[in-house]
Amino acid sequence: MTIQAAELPQTGKSRSMTLPSARRLLLWTGLAVLLAWVLVPIYFVALGAFGGRLGVFRWPKTIWPTDLSLAAMTQFLAIEGVFNALVNSLIAAGLTVLFSVFLGAPAGYALARYSFRGQNVYRLLVLLTRAFPLAILALPLTVSFIRLGLYDTPFGVSLIHTVLALPFAVLVTQSLFMGIPREYEEAAWVFGCTRFQAFMKVVLPLALPGLAATAIFAFVISWNEVFAASILTVRERTLTAYLLRILAESPLHYRFAGGFILIIPSVLFIFAVRRYLFAVWGIASK
Amino acid sequence: MADIVIDRVVKEFGTFRALQEVSLTVNDGEFVALLGPSGCGKTTLLRIIAGLETQTSGRIVIGGQDVSNLVPRKRGLAMVFQNYAVFPHMTVFENVAFGLRMQKAQQAEVKRKVERAAALLHIESYLDRYPAKLSGGQRQRVAVARALAVEPAVLLMDEPLSNLDALLRLEMRTELKAVLREAGTTTIYVTHDQTEAMGLADRIAVMYGGKIEQIGSPLEIYATPATRFVGGFIGSPPMNFIKVQCSQGTARIGDAALPCPATGKDMELGLRGEDASLSPNGSGIPFDIRVVEPMGSHLLLTGSIDGQPARIVAPPIAKVNPGERVGLTVDPARVTWIDSTTGRAIAQP
Repeated sequence: MTIQAAELPQTGKSRSMTLPSARRLLLWTGLAVLLAWVLVPIYFVALGAFGGRLGVFRWPKTIWPTDLSLAAMTQFLAIEGVFNALVNSLIAAGLTVLFSVFLGAPAGYALARYSFRGQNVYRLLVLLTRAFPLAILALPLTVSFIRLGLYDTPFGVSLIHTVLALPFAVLVTQSLFMGIPREYEEAAWVFGCTRFQAFMKVVLPLALPGLAATAIFAFVISWNEVFAASILTVRERTLTAYLLRILAESPLHYRFAGGFILIIPSVLFIFAVRRYLFAVWGIASK
Repeated sequence: MADIVIDRVVKEFGTFRALQEVSLTVNDGEFVALLGPSGCGKTTLLRIIAGLETQTSGRIVIGGQDVSNLVPRKRGLAMVFQNYAVFPHMTVFENVAFGLRMQKAQQAEVKRKVERAAALLHIESYLDRYPAKLSGGQRQRVAVARALAVEPAVLLMDEPLSNLDALLRLEMRTELKAVLREAGTTTIYVTHDQTEAMGLADRIAVMYGGKIEQIGSPLEIYATPATRFVGGFIGSPPMNFIKVQCSQGTARIGDAALPCPATGKDMELGLRGEDASLSPNGSGIPFDIRVVEPMGSHLLLTGSIDGQPARIVAPPIAKVNPGERVGLTVDPARVTWIDSTTGRAIAQP
């Protein structure tokens, strides 16, 4: 008891600075484990991608890169169709982000701000779309996509990816808009805004961080999705679908190069919008 | 500047009647407080005036124009919200300038008016800060400055002081009164705090159960409550209500006799704690003291009169003890008579 009492005033002053040493150790250990969890695999993939053919097979593995070369990477990128697939992936992911945010956010706003008949049913239905296994829909989708002329286009793929990403977009933006007090909008109305102006001037700037998170989520879903992309395309494949086909018969260091290229855009994208993400999680970033 | 006429406004939420035919006229430049316990409909009424809520029936007329069906921005008013609603992504300057910018005012004019509103509320020194860096009291000032910057004909305030601590509230109240008197704005102020309403308002409308129970100056409402509710709600300690029997124009409690205005009815004697004084010889209305609380400026005595609970305020130097029976003398002109069945006050003869 006496020890606790002596420590209390200290911890009260500044929590993060004066954590008891045991807890600080635990915190840093946790951080280290999490960092290793994320970074070590990425590091080894990078090592394989840039270490050349020999680097991949060397045993025991060295931690430090020995004979770095961009050879595998440039050769990989030079494989016919890889660059095209990369562009397709970016188009599909970009469109998915656009559709998810522009369709999902208004739905989320409506769910957050208005009460209407069937609101709960609607909310459940939004989630239920995820309960449908895509495999069942594969054949009818392919047929109708061919009929509509959407087959084998990044646009068609992005539509399916939007279906996958939209439920999350709706639910995330709903809680996002619920977190923005209605009074802000009401104040804007009273001080001369139309509903649309109030949304653009007051709600949107406050919602941006959350919308960025929604966008990331949609981007990652589209970027990683392989099943729908594989069945709905033949020549205009997205990168994941293309790699799935060609890497099965490629040397190991090419596979690493492919894997590395798959990782990079997501990491870069998250890095680019991290400021908004941190704001969502309440971490101050200056 | 404008007057406000609220004409038989009704608001229903589903089957619940939040406002039942409320009518109220606020004169140009007047400060009216809507006072009542939570759930009495005062905020709903304010939001209907602002246009944030639509009335089920009735009319709102501001400055001679029927605004009942207009959107908020066309009503020519400003509002201070309970949680201030100061926009967190704008600097204090931009917050105060918001209404002027929406009116597409010239930059020089915006600057001039913002600076004047800021000076009025003493926030000049942090115009370029963001609201997150301000204390509650400072944010409250920003919210008021934002409302005053547009020089509104009508200012609506929804419990603007309720989120401040007691000391700051007292300070802001005094300042608010001075600022609004200077601006001469017609103001409707919603509060559940009677001292706020008494201190600020020219007139108070006491609301209860979706109705206005009484409208009058603070002193009128305090001294001559129109209903049992108003007497019990206003004043600290609240008014005491003692059931008495009236016969031949006289009510008898112990050996005291008071002239009463009606006969043959169940009556209640409404008595303010400070309107009774301890009689030197123990005669008058008998009061059994149970608890004595020294409050500094006075003694608060809790006990019973004729078996009914009552609170009496006595001078701080009075020599009284718990368990003692004392006598009270009252001025018949300062008591209120309430009809037990209707709960309404009976006019003095």
